[in-house]
Order: sequence, then structure tokens, then C-alpha cells
Amino acid sequence: MLQVETVVKSFDDFKAVNGASLSVGKGEIVAVIGPNGAGKTTLFNVITGLLRRDSGKIIFKGEDIGGLPPYEICKKGIARSFQIVNIFPRLTVFRNVQVAVLSQQRRSNTLFRPASSMVLNETNNILESVGFLDKAHSIAGSLSHGDQKILEIAIALGNEPELLILDEPTAGMSPEETSATMELVKRLAQMRGLTILFCEHDMDIVFSVAQSIMVMHQGRTLVQGKPEEVRNNPFVQEAYLGVE
Amino acid sequence: MIRLKWFGPSIVIFLVLFILPSFIPRFYTYILALIYVTSLLAMSLNLVVGHGGMFQFHHGVFYGVGAYTVALMLTKTSLPMWTGFIAGPIVAAIIGFIIGWFCVRLTRLYFGMLQISLGSLIWAIVLRWYSFTGGDDGIHGVPIAPFLSSLNSSYYFILIVLVICLIVMYLILKSPFGNTLQAIRDNPQRCEAIGINVRRHQLIAIVIATFFGGLAGVLFVVLERSVFTDMLFWVLSLEIFIMCLLGGWFTFVGPIFGAAIIVALRTFVSIFTEYWTLILGVILILIIFFLPEGVMGYFQEIFKPRTKETVKEGTK
Repeated sequence: MLQVETVVKSFDDFKAVNGASLSVGKGEIVAVIGPNGAGKTTLFNVITGLLRRDSGKIIFKGEDIGGLPPYEICKKGIARSFQIVNIFPRLTVFRNVQVAVLSQQRRSNTLFRPASSMVLNETNNILESVGFLDKAHSIAGSLSHGDQKILEIAIALGNEPELLILDEPTAGMSPEETSATMELVKRLAQMRGLTILFCEHDMDIVFSVAQSIMVMHQGRTLVQGKPEEVRNNPFVQEAYLGVE
Repeated sequence: MIRLKWFGPSIVIFLVLFILPSFIPRFYTYILALIYVTSLLAMSLNLVVGHGGMFQFHHGVFYGVGAYTVALMLTKTSLPMWTGFIAGPIVAAIIGFIIGWFCVRLTRLYFGMLQISLGSLIWAIVLRWYSFTGGDDGIHGVPIAPFLSSLNSSYYFILIVLVICLIVMYLILKSPFGNTLQAIRDNPQRCEAIGINVRRHQLIAIVIATFFGGLAGVLFVVLERSVFTDMLFWVLSLEIFIMCLLGGWFTFVGPIFGAAIIVALRTFVSIFTEYWTLILGVILILIIFFLPEGVMGYFQEIFKPRTKETVKEGTK
């Protein structure tokens, strides 16, 4: 579904992503791991169009999407959540998600019709699937950090993506919140037939959830493969996992 | 769903304002009408400033363009009056589109700086093109049809147009377009990521706001029957911006309060001292310290304890 081929992205002289490759098949859950500064977030930003790649190819459903603006890439069927909470803090939880649903249905430019009567079912479905129905009318900025991270995912679901990219969905969460969130992600993937690409620091989570793992180191792809293959790869053990 | 609890009080206020000219001196009728015109101007600016988060620093230009368009059409051509009334806002919106097209490519302060430069360009053209615009003499004695020429009839006309505009603006803000605009104000980057063409959306908002700005210019001509270059000068633009802040820029009707306060201060304090801006400055400082959300924002906080509760629920 998504093929990333030797993508390079540099800031001045620093090559944040230096020949990363990645392959995500339909329905797969793929993880990207690597130490801090390995270029994981930069890679995600390049895929979703927030940053423009210097070279390399990003092919989604047979089409090169490299160089498209973020809103076009979103319309192709890729939605994302952000590592640092990135929501609409002054709006209610409901409207945070509704804005995305309206955009998905190409109704963002509708004038003169009250938005409060539109796409109610779709929005409530999403809120229900992440367990937020009771928080629908809270102001988003007043939620706890963990809830704001889940709202991140809910906003991304509003776009009905085929590929959902989650940049450290559990960053800053307590261990209990972390495992609950990963259960939620797994359940959503099954319920909605999502393909998921995520990055994460907690190795236990990565190896228990992901069907395929890509290891990044200094902007390069070391290896991509099944969890066992990655675990047994000597380069990975040396660079990241640490030999036990 | 339009909040029906405001419907009753709004009708009462409207009716009171409607019969008021029969009971008050002409001068107060005139001041009220001026407040309405200025309110529409401030409300139109607030569409992009308060609800859109854009630094529209030179909104006065579109007010001036709307006023000059109608004044020029009525003095230089024999076209019927209503064509001028329609042309004013449309020409303002076209200029708004051209200036906005450049401005939305920049963010925040740079947006504002570019707009001041482009707007000042238009002011300079109007000021220097003496043979066409009358330069700093302005245009006086714009002919207005007899049925609008008395002060009371122009008062009613302005009030009705203002009310219609307020309803339309309210509908726009509650529409998906308005909701999306407020989401862009809060977080443009996230909006791009959920598939919204942020620049196009902002540009449409500017065109709508400048249309209403131009309409305010037309109403000014109906009231004053003259135009002058100060309408396009940046000082006026700053004043409108202050009205939005003063009244409460995250509220719907806040700018009306701001406009009323500033017009009233300018009228009544300048009778006693020409340094009325000094008093305005002191009031501004007090408001920034004690009512950071503006006058209307303060009232909302008092009268709507429910919003506070929901916030608390969320933090649990």
C-alpha cells in the first residue's frame, strides 16, 4: 500500500533522514523504531507532506505522493496523529472531531447551514469507538494529557483514512494508559480495517503489536522485517536493543 | 441550531432601537447611526481577526473602497442608486481578494505587515489621484435618493441592513465554513493534516469580511453623504482593531460594544478635550489588565457559569 524508497531529507547540512525505505502492506500494523534523533518523526512528516523530501520516492496506492501539500495527501487516504499534542484547544471535543469529518465529506466550505446539525452520527460513532461520548462537550484544552493523545487519534479517524500514521501515540502516558491505548489502536485497526504505521519507544509494545518492524539509525533504514527477524538481527542488537 | 434563548431579547432590543429616534434629539440619532455603521465595520473585521486568527491590520481600506465606489458611481455616473450600493461591497471584496491572495501566503505578523503596505498603496493612490477621487478634499454632497435622505430614514435603513448582516454573519460562523475557520485559528498545521486547504479557506474568509467592510462604507455614505481619504488611512484600521479587542474578539457581538465605546468616547470626550485618545489609552490599559477577554468576554464569563463547569469536568 505504501512504499517509501531511499528518501532523503536534510536541514542545512544535517541529514535527518538519509536513505530511509519502508514498505507497508494493506491491513498491516507496522512499527518504526530507533533511538532518539534517528529521524522517525521527520520521516513521518515527509510522508504526510509537512516536509518536502529532497529525493526518493513515496508511493501510496501506486501513485507518487512526494511533494504534494499535506491537505492533498490527507485526501488520498492518509491521516496522522502527532507526537506532541496537536489539537484545537479552544473547541469542544465534539467539534475537534467534527471538523475532520466535515473536511472528509468535502463540506468545510458549506455556508449558511448550521454545522451543529451536520455529520452528527459519523462524529458520535468515532467518539464512541474511542470511549469519549461522555467527554463530547468538554473543551479539548482541558482534557488530561492522555485523553488529548487519544483525541489526536480520534481527529485522525475523522478523515476515514486507509492508512493511519501514529507518531508515538503513547508519549508521556503512564504504563496503564499506554497499554489501554495500544489495545484501543489494535481494536480500531480490526474494527475499521485500518492499516497502521506507528513509532514507539516501548519495545514490549512494539514487539507485541507490530506485524512488521522497521529499524532506523541515524536517518537510515537498518532493516525491516518480522519481529523475530528484527530481534535476531546482529546490527539491530548492537545499535539499539543492546545485547542481553 | 440557533440559540433560541437570545431570540426574545434581541427582538426587544431591535424594537427599542427602532422606535428610539422618535424620542431622542437628532444628534443622538446621528451618533447611534454612526455606531451601527462602525459596528458593522468592526464585526466584519472580527470575522477574520477574532474567528479567523488573521492579523488583518488594514481593514479600513475596504471600508474606504466601498464608500469611494458608491460615492464615485453616484457623482460621476447616472446609474441608479442601488447599483452603487451593490457595487461598493463587491469592489471592496475584489480588492480584498487581490490583497488577501498575497497576504495568506504569509503568516501572523508578516501577514499584517504586508497588508499594511498594500493597503497604504491604495490609500496613496486615492490621495494622489486628484482628478478622479478629489484627493484630500474627498467627495461631498453625494446624491442620495429622497426616500433615504432624511436622518431618520437613513437611521432605519442602516439599522435594518446591520441586523440582516448580523444574522448572515451569525449563520456563516455557525456553518461548517465558520467552524473550520475557527479550527484554523486554533491550529492551522493540524487543519492541513486533516485535509483542509488552509490558504484557500482563509482567502474566502477575507473576501467575505471585506465584502461586509465595503457594505459598512456604503452605509457611511448614506449617513454622511461624503467620503474622505482618512477612511483608508491606517489610523482608522488600528481603531477598528482596538474595537475588536475592547469588545471581546472571541465573542460574536463583542465588536459592537467596542465600536459603541470608541464612537461614544470620541464624540463625548472630545467635546471637553482634544486629547480624547489619552483617555482611550487609559481605558485600554485597564481593560487589558482586568478584562483580558474584552467587555463581552467578561459578561459571558459572568452569565454562563455552565461553560466553567464543563471545563472542570474535563480536567477530572
